[in-house]
This record gives sequence, structure tokens and C-alpha cells, in this order.
Amino acid sequence: MRYAETGFNLEIDLSRGSIERVATDPRLTELHLGGQGTAAKIQWDRVPPEVEPFSPDNLLIFSTGLLHGTPVPGANRTAVDTFSPQTNLYSHSLFGGFFGPELKHAGYDKIVIRGKASDLVYLWINNDKVEIRDAGHLQGKGALETGALIKEELKESDAQVAAIGLAGENRVYMATIEHANSSASRGVGVIMGDKRLKAIAVRGTKDINISRPAELFEISNPMYQAIYDNPHCGDVFLHEDDEEWHVNNFAWGNARERQKGFWNQEKEKAWTDITESVRLRWTACYNCPKDCHQAIKYPGRPTYFQKCYSKLTYAMAAYKELDFNYDILGVTQEYGLDGYSTPQVLAFGIELYEAGILTDEDLPGFPSDSGERFFYLVEKIVRREGIGDALANGVYWAARQIGKGAEEFDHNSTKKFEQLPLKLKMINYPYFLMYATGAKMTITQTEGSYPQSPIADKKEREAFVKNWDAAPERFKKWFLEWEPRTHPSIEESVHICDWNETMHYIDDAIGTCAFLSSFRGQFGGRPPYHLYNLPNFISHATGMDLDSDTLWEIGRRNRNLIRAHNVRRGLRRSDEKPPEDHWKIRDPEMETKLLDAYYEFKGWNNDGIPTRETLDELGLDYVSEDFLERGILTDSGATPSKETSAEKEKK
Amino acid sequence: MKGVVTVTDGLKKIVKEIKVDLDKCIGCRACEVACSAFHARPKYSSTNPARSRIRVVIDDLNDVYVPIRAGDYTPAECTGRHTYTISGKEYSECSFCGVSCPARDLFKEPDSGLPLKCDMCEDDPPISEPMCVQVCPHDALVYIEREEEGGEEQVQREEMEIGLEALAKKHGLQKIMDAVARMSMSKKG
Repeated sequence: MRYAETGFNLEIDLSRGSIERVATDPRLTELHLGGQGTAAKIQWDRVPPEVEPFSPDNLLIFSTGLLHGTPVPGANRTAVDTFSPQTNLYSHSLFGGFFGPELKHAGYDKIVIRGKASDLVYLWINNDKVEIRDAGHLQGKGALETGALIKEELKESDAQVAAIGLAGENRVYMATIEHANSSASRGVGVIMGDKRLKAIAVRGTKDINISRPAELFEISNPMYQAIYDNPHCGDVFLHEDDEEWHVNNFAWGNARERQKGFWNQEKEKAWTDITESVRLRWTACYNCPKDCHQAIKYPGRPTYFQKCYSKLTYAMAAYKELDFNYDILGVTQEYGLDGYSTPQVLAFGIELYEAGILTDEDLPGFPSDSGERFFYLVEKIVRREGIGDALANGVYWAARQIGKGAEEFDHNSTKKFEQLPLKLKMINYPYFLMYATGAKMTITQTEGSYPQSPIADKKEREAFVKNWDAAPERFKKWFLEWEPRTHPSIEESVHICDWNETMHYIDDAIGTCAFLSSFRGQFGGRPPYHLYNLPNFISHATGMDLDSDTLWEIGRRNRNLIRAHNVRRGLRRSDEKPPEDHWKIRDPEMETKLLDAYYEFKGWNNDGIPTRETLDELGLDYVSEDFLERGILTDSGATPSKETSAEKEKK
Repeated sequence: MKGVVTVTDGLKKIVKEIKVDLDKCIGCRACEVACSAFHARPKYSSTNPARSRIRVVIDDLNDVYVPIRAGDYTPAECTGRHTYTISGKEYSECSFCGVSCPARDLFKEPDSGLPLKCDMCEDDPPISEPMCVQVCPHDALVYIEREEEGGEEQVQREEMEIGLEALAKKHGLQKIMDAVARMSMSKKG
């Protein structure tokens, strides 16, 4: 008997039109738990580095988390994993809502999609009945509109739908996958579009076996109130109308400048009024009492859902007011565009025009108002019309396609991927490591357990540490000793980066929301789920014998396996750096020391490649064998002199 | 939504009621999860919203979120339906209806198709309030008990009787009686 998981994946080949229900190996659950972890193993076995992201052999995997469909509140984030045409590296995204639990009730842990359909199709999974259906009539439809149309034509109002909009259909690199109140960002929609898969609809009514159900229910039930009452979890920022923190600390335009003094009481009143006039209600994801998503109805736009910092990203990139942001989201959400990277691409386009690199010839009839320019460029990008064809490939590639000095304006990407618009003064050691080495492409998917800044008052610090259940002992000592305006030591920085990222790898395998755990320790230190209570939930659900150390080791294993994917695709030390101007004051010597220490701590060689010992110890022998065969590692453990670099330009 | 009525001393009765505030519902469906867990046998052995006796009817693009609880079974669907507009939002009559009917797969056991009915989590010993209410900290669902004078006496019916009645409605009473007769004959034989 399999517990908490169904033990079956759905394998879809869109080229051949085949559908298979395939039993999975329970040993892989013990090694990787589920979600992104088990997806990475499937990809390792079946997607060698020679496979281009737009090849039919690239896989697009939708994974439920191990705890989806159990009574554990807040386990609802579906992982989407593939390889990205933007970075040629591992591409990982997550979306909340209801999809993962529904898929598990339909009897599947994952949907593994390979091949490409000849015409636009959608997938309809209704328990044991699975069909690939024509989606010609849905071409060009909005992402959420598509969901509504599919539910209507199937006469299944309970079905859960994940769909792409026009951006995904046209293989825009910033394309999302949209579902209910949630979006999978960081560019996974481009592969769904490349596979000509417009949507997946799923309905499931089966039971999921739980190993110790009464015990699991007993510890899950009090979590509703605990999560609801906890002021440090959920989307704390979105619930505040005081936007001072975001507007003062994040950079405006194409990640250019901070506008200190922009915020005042008058502004707060005006912006609060705007939000209240367009918000229909706060909504939640499956089985979670936190309401982190705003349902928005802006005049003249269809209803959409706004989450997280996308409330401000377009407004700040265009130097506009909040109502502009709500207005343009009404368009971009339906096109299925990432609210983080897209505004930067648009602001970058405007900068190129103002610098004379793009001209009226490239942008016929380009308006003078920055807001109108944003709308103009969005239409070009989602259709890949004219200059939109280059901009649709994101800042890094667009800069190189356009040339004429456009490369100089690509100043905020790492590993070819747009980063959050943050421009700060003094280098921050743990953050340097997280930016440089993070495999999840944005800082929000790496940071989150250790506080961002120290507490000045010693008494308050002691009080903070006293009930810091989430933290391993060593961090309590370090935090107590952390004085304002001082850097954590190299050793501390390495450990902070390690803890932060490990918690994300755990969340992304079991499907719990980062807003309840991995992202939410850094403010307040009281995440409802952490290293020390999660083993209990997982053990009761699965019957696996699991403690905090084992859980940590699984997080490490998944981190290393995904690292290995990227190494195999050419990632090396030279690629691991934050945007050049992320901090005004850098410290190259210290940065070298930090990276050296981090690699050593992780059991990676000086070029950032996991050593044979590290891999074998984690049970990833097949990875070390592959590395030896490919000459990525040698028997002596040294890196061969000939470097296969990720800098190799894409044709 | 009204619930179970318990007659205390022939003169007074306790009406159990769940007040639903649609404006407070965030659409998380925790009520469905908790309900299905409570009614699973053995208790808490599974959570499956398809077996829940409360469902949140969601039409998110129209901002419709309506938790409804399973009522009685009916063999025939309504001949006509109302569409209500409340504060500018359109609701189908079905959005408020808890009847297990042929028009939809709500409130039917997914395996057998047998109707599900809310029992307000009657239990021995009794629990403080129905499970759906317990897991709704937003107070979209609030439980109240009211004491009412007199009124019609209603006797609580066993689960088997409710199931039998549903079967009788579906197949006709005569068929059920024939089946019972056959079963008892074969037992004797």
C-alpha cells in the first residue's frame, strides 16, 4: 500500500498522442519525497544535457507535493519543472490554488509530458478517463477565460484547470501557466506553449491512503487556527496598505533607482482607496486559512487574481501610480505574463528607445506616455510582432539580438534571468551567496529562514531567540551575537545560505507553501512549519520513519541533483554572480572567500561541481558515474582543464 | 442553513444552525476537507472533498463563493430554475441548493452514487461544533444553537432509514420490499 501518494504518474506523449498510467518506484519517495525532488530524478534519467529546451524530448512535469490531498493545511503548491530556453538550465516554478490536490484525488502524483502536439490541444483528466482534446477553439483565449470555457464545455464546474494565454502560445519566455487564483511564473509557460498544450483540466474523486490518519488529523486540525492567528505567515505585505517598504527599497524603472521620499500619508490614503475600490475579496488556496490573493475587478477588465509584489511591479517599472498597475494586470494576467520579469522587459524597451538604440522604425506610433508605452509593448511581445519578437526572449537575449550597445542596458539579470529590481548599497554576505548560487532563479525562492537583519535591542534579541522553534541551535547563538551594521562571518553566511535554500527544497518536495514555512521565518521567526515539526506530519502521512536530520539530508540530495543537472548543462563557477550593480559597494576578495567556503561546505569542488564523495554519500552514484563518463569529474576529483561553459552562446 | 432539530422534553427543541456569511468566505474549502475526514470510516481515515457533506460552490470569475450543506435526496431535477441577482452578482438557484439530485454530482458518494446528507456532526460524545465550523477561523461559518418552544415533534432518524428512503425513491418502495423479502427468504432457506 502506498501512503500519501498514489504511486502512479500519468505519462503523456503529445507527438504520438499516447496516454499511459505508470507505477512509480516507492524507493524514490524515500530518497526525494516528491514534487520537484522526484521530478528531477525523472528528468535526470530521461533528459540528457544534449536535449534542447525546445526539443520534443524536453519534459514538462506537473508534480503534486507529497502532502497534497492529506489533511495538512497549506499543502497545495504544484511544482512545474522543465528546462528553460532562456537559461538553458533547470527551470522550476510553483503555483498554488487547487490543482495538485485535485490531481492526486484523480489518482496521479505527476503528469509527465513529452513530445509536441501538431495542433493546439488540451488534456482532460477525469479520474481514470484521460483524453487529449482539440483546443483549436481556445486559441488566443485568455488564460482564466480558457479555464471557464473548458469547465463549461465539459459541464464540470468542479474541474481544476491550468492554462496558458497568448504569451505561452507564442512561446514568450516570460509566459506563465495560470490556474484559479495562482500563476506559475519564471517562464515555464513557454514550454507548455511549445508543446502546443493550451490547458490541463483535472477532476478527481478518489481517496488517498494515509498511514496513520487519526494521528495526522489530530496534529493537522489545530494548524488552521495556529496559521490564522500567526501574524508572521501568509502574505503579510499584501495585506498592508502601507507600501513604504516596497516603494522605498525596490528600484523603479528598469531596476534603476530608488525613490526615497515617494511615500507619504496622502499617497497611502489614495492607494488604499484605489485598492479597496477594485478588490472583490481576499481568496485562499486549497485547505489554507491564509487569504493571500486579491480578486480584482478593474473597470473594463475581466476579473483576475493579484498576488504578492506584482501589486507594484508594473507601476514602479513605468513610474506610474497604483491604478495603472491594476489596469495593466487585467491585460497581462489573461495573456499569461510573469508579473516580475515582464515589467523589467518593458522598462528595458523604453530605455533602449530613449537611448536611440530602438527607433521609430522599430516602434511605429510609439506613444509618449510610459503607461501607454507599456500597453503598446505588451501587445507586440505577446504576438511576437516586430521588435516584440526580440523582447519576448527576455532582457538578456533581447539585448544581444538588438545589439548596438543594448547589452549595456541588461544590468539586472543573473544566469540570463531577470532578477528582482533591488539596488542596494553594501554587499550582504549571505545574500551574495544566495544570489550567486541559487538554482531557483530568484531570491524569493532561496531566502527566507534566517532574519534579513539583526535586532538592535539585546533584550528583544533574546526574546526572539527564546522561542525560535524553527531554528537549529547554531543559528540561535549567531543571531544573539549579531550586532547591527556588522556582517555575519564567512562560516555563518555559508550556513545561513544553506539553511535558507534547504527549507525551499523541502517545501517544493512536499508541496507546502513557502508563505507558511521556507519564506516566512525571516520576518518574525515563527513559521508554522519548520524542520522540527514537519517530520511528524510527513511520517504520519506516509509511514516513513523520518526525523529532522533525514529531512535535511533529503533537501540536500534534491539540491545536489538539481545542481548536477545544471553542471551537466554547463554551469560553472564563472556563472555564479549577482547582477554587477546589485550592491554599490562590492568586495571581490571577500566574495571569492565566500564562494570558496560555500563550495567546500557543500562538498563541491572549486568550480562548483559536486564531488564524487558528496554525490555517492547522498546515494547519487549514478550522477557521479555520469560526471566521470562525461569528463566533468576525473577519478582524482579534480576538474578537467577544459571547461564546458554555460557562456557558450545559443545559436 | 438549518440543521438537525433535537426534541428535548416534548415542549422545547434545540435547533442547530450554521450561519453563513458569503462575504467572509475565502474559498479555501477547508470545510470540505474536515467534513470528509469526520465522516470517513474509520473516522479521519481519509480526506476527500468529493465525499464531503458541505461544498463551496465557487465561480471565481464572478466572485461567487457559497458554502452549502447536503440536504435530502431527490430522484428528479427541478423543472425550472431561478437565477438570482444579488448586489449585482448573478447566482444560479443551484448555488444555494443542498439537495442531492440528478442534475449534478454534488452530494453523492463517488463510488456508489448514494446520497450524502449533513448530520451536523452528531456524535457520541458530542463535539463542540460541526467540523466545518471548527476549521473556519474567518467565521464564514458560525454555529449557533437556539432553543425553540414546542413546534412539531421530529424524531431523529437513523442513517440506515435515510439511505433506505433514498433507495425507495430511486427504485420504488415495492421493489425494495420485494428485495427485502427475497433476501429474508434466501436466509431462511
